[in-house]
Amino acid sequence: MSFPPKRILILGATSAIAQAIARKFASSETQFFLIGRDIQKLDAVATDLQERFRCMVHTYQMDLADNSRHQEVIETAKKKLGNFDLALIAHGVLPEQDEIKNDADAVLNSLNVNFNSAVSLLTHMSDIFEQQKTGSIAVISSVAGDRGRKMLYVYGAAKAGLSSFADGLRGRMIEHGVHVLNIKPGVIATPMTEHLKKGVLTSTPERVATDVYKAIRKKQDILYTPGRWWAIMFIVRHIPERIFKKLSF
Amino acid sequence: MAIGESWGRTFSAIHTLRPRHWVHQSLPQNIKGEPLLAYGLGKSYGDSCLNDGGVLMPMQEMEHVISFNRENGILRCEAGITLETILQLCVPAGWFLPVVPGTKFITLGGAIANDIHGKNHHGAGTFGCHVLAFELLRSDNSRTLCTPDSNEGLFNATIGGLGLTGLITWAEIKLKKISNACIEMESIKVRDLDEFLDVSANSDKDFEYTVSWLDSLAKGRNSGKGVFLRGNHGTDSNQELKVHSSPKLTWPIDAPNFLLNGLSIKAFNFLYYNKQFSRKKRSIVHYDSFFFPLDSVHNWNRVYGKRGFFQYQFVLPFMEGHMAVRDILNIISESGQGSFLAVIKTFGEIKSPGILSFPQPGVTVALDFPNCGRKTRELFDRMDEIIISNQGRLYPAKDACMSADAFKSFYPELEQFRPYMDPAFSSSFWRRVNN
Ligand SMILES: Cc1cc2nc3c(=O)[nH]c(=O)nc-3n(C[C@H](O)[C@H](O)[C@H](O)COP(=O)(O)OP(=O)(O)OC[C@H]3O[C@@H](n4cnc5c(N)ncnc54)[C@H](O)[C@@H]3O)c2cc1C
Ligand SMILES: NC(=O)c1ccc[n+]([C@@H]2O[C@H](COP(=O)([O-])OP(=O)(O)OC[C@H]3O[C@@H](n4cnc5c(N)ncnc54)[C@H](OP(=O)(O)O)[C@@H]3O)[C@@H](O)[C@H]2O)c1
Repeated sequence: MSFPPKRILILGATSAIAQAIARKFASSETQFFLIGRDIQKLDAVATDLQERFRCMVHTYQMDLADNSRHQEVIETAKKKLGNFDLALIAHGVLPEQDEIKNDADAVLNSLNVNFNSAVSLLTHMSDIFEQQKTGSIAVISSVAGDRGRKMLYVYGAAKAGLSSFADGLRGRMIEHGVHVLNIKPGVIATPMTEHLKKGVLTSTPERVATDVYKAIRKKQDILYTPGRWWAIMFIVRHIPERIFKKLSF
Repeated sequence: MAIGESWGRTFSAIHTLRPRHWVHQSLPQNIKGEPLLAYGLGKSYGDSCLNDGGVLMPMQEMEHVISFNRENGILRCEAGITLETILQLCVPAGWFLPVVPGTKFITLGGAIANDIHGKNHHGAGTFGCHVLAFELLRSDNSRTLCTPDSNEGLFNATIGGLGLTGLITWAEIKLKKISNACIEMESIKVRDLDEFLDVSANSDKDFEYTVSWLDSLAKGRNSGKGVFLRGNHGTDSNQELKVHSSPKLTWPIDAPNFLLNGLSIKAFNFLYYNKQFSRKKRSIVHYDSFFFPLDSVHNWNRVYGKRGFFQYQFVLPFMEGHMAVRDILNIISESGQGSFLAVIKTFGEIKSPGILSFPQPGVTVALDFPNCGRKTRELFDRMDEIIISNQGRLYPAKDACMSADAFKSFYPELEQFRPYMDPAFSSSFWRRVNN
């Protein structure tokens, strides 16, 4: 695949991080297929890309939690774009752990969006990528998937599963010339984290986009973004469980 | 800079933050009756972009482009887009912003709410003169399309309306055609205020942009001494339409206060004046260094240390002898509190639609003052008196100190403005000057 990718599929295209990534890759030669559930937001994002970069943008409105429609949406995207140079999975929800901890339905709903729907979509597109023998699949997971912790284990579990899935998929795709990038952002100021206190570690969607751009160029496997999260998570992963279990974060 | 701060760093305010992301989003429901205020990039120096104890709505993530016609230069964007992003978009297409301030890191909404002015005020008027339309979201959740012809009252009140008439969701502006990204400029040493006024009057016709750096410590006869800059957009269409690059330096820490005593300020001014040996020099520079020389160092406001600083910007009407301007320059130089930066320019006759718009024909001077507490405020009080008795005014975007009485005498249009205010909006500035 020549860099930068020209035919780009984005699932959860109204996400702040996805928008920043789209702008990073966009040029007058780019063709986007954007999927989101809110038509007003989707239109705003599509128009912005068209007017800024004079690129071509297709949009598709759907609730990605509806896994029964995944095949249809991937097929439609394939028809419109021809090939996929880059597919980005960006949708997700951050449930308030304290609010859902005793509500199994809510737990499963969030798992459905963050894990089931993502891996279902990846499965539907994997065959296409295998056939075309080129391109990048990028999945936004999270540092929260690196270790289960008290304040975030439902979300963390979904992201842990998603990371495992993506890393495994990479093994399958390598012989077909397809690159799989597992993106693990730290804390990023977006609508998802609006209710959380911002600290010195909080970064921006633009920073993530810059890192993702480089990672796709270099065909990197796993990306901690910003880079310091690699070191932070290295330490977090190595704290003995008997101590870790008592930490309240 | 943290969200909820202003550029001068002399205020601390506590806010409930409600960032905006989408044009169609409604306003936060009146949280415990707290007043609302939009927040751009906090590049206002004082408290006009703060709302202590209230809700602040950061706008910078609401920055979608809605339409850009590259043929006629009409651009419609969401209000949180920065002038920097607009330049990145329009310069390669051969267009430029109609008016720019001394930094490109401000938002479209902020440019309208303070009806900003630039080095081309004498020929182009204020930013508000180039606004074709905007949408205003009010606390009753109504959306009003405002143009010079429809809902004219709200249009005029919102331009320079300090964010108090509601939230501007998007705005449409008319850009200016350029052939390349360069400015053909001349710098001329001027000896004193009379020479500045002469050069300025003679430059207005042939030069789109004029401004002068002024040595605020020069005393007596030398008062007004400085370097006059004037320029036009380059006309050579073979030259590139090259966009600026991002800043390379960030001022890392709060500077210790001693860096800014009279001596270091004097040294800075001296260097600036003597950098150029011949009286007049021509050069071709990129727009970025002509308009935004300070943008190359991010957070340069930290150079003033933890105690922060003030900016004082006034305009005084043209008058015989310009005694009031002289008096103020003398007060400043005698006080020795003078500034790192002092800028002087003449405003032209073009009237802005904005009811509370700051610029009026005359001489405007802007200076920074390290915050020395009472000493600085007393100095401001003395200067305020001169400005009041000479029908001048201060610029709210820069202000942190003016009294309610001073504000009323600076802005007699206030009563005309009030009916257009949104009852749910307010700011720290507004409460201060209506005390
Ligand atoms: C280095 C420097 C140089 C400068 N040079 C100049 C100059 O040459 N000329 C000049 O005129 N000014 C100048 N300024 C001042 C600056 O241009 C103004 O203060 C400008 O308004 C700041 O814009 P902002 O986006 O940061 O808005 P803020 O400072 O965050 O807010 C300013 C006002 O705009 C309102 N506002 C913001 N967005 C909206 C919206 N969407 N709807 C309604 N209200 C809104 C806020 O409520 C507030 O009242 C300069 C400032 C700096 C730091
Ligand atoms: N922000 C962080 O700190 C952070 C850290 C690590 C990982 N991440 C991950 O980064 C990704 C992007 O998030 P963000 O930070 O950019 O936040 P965001 O702007 O809130 O984006 C989340 C997006 O997911 C979409 N979405 C949620 N459920 C959906 C559904 N059922 N169908 C379709 N779309 C759905 C949302 O659509 P609506 O706008 O319509 O609700 C929204 O566009 C997520 O996977 C998130 O888990 C974020």
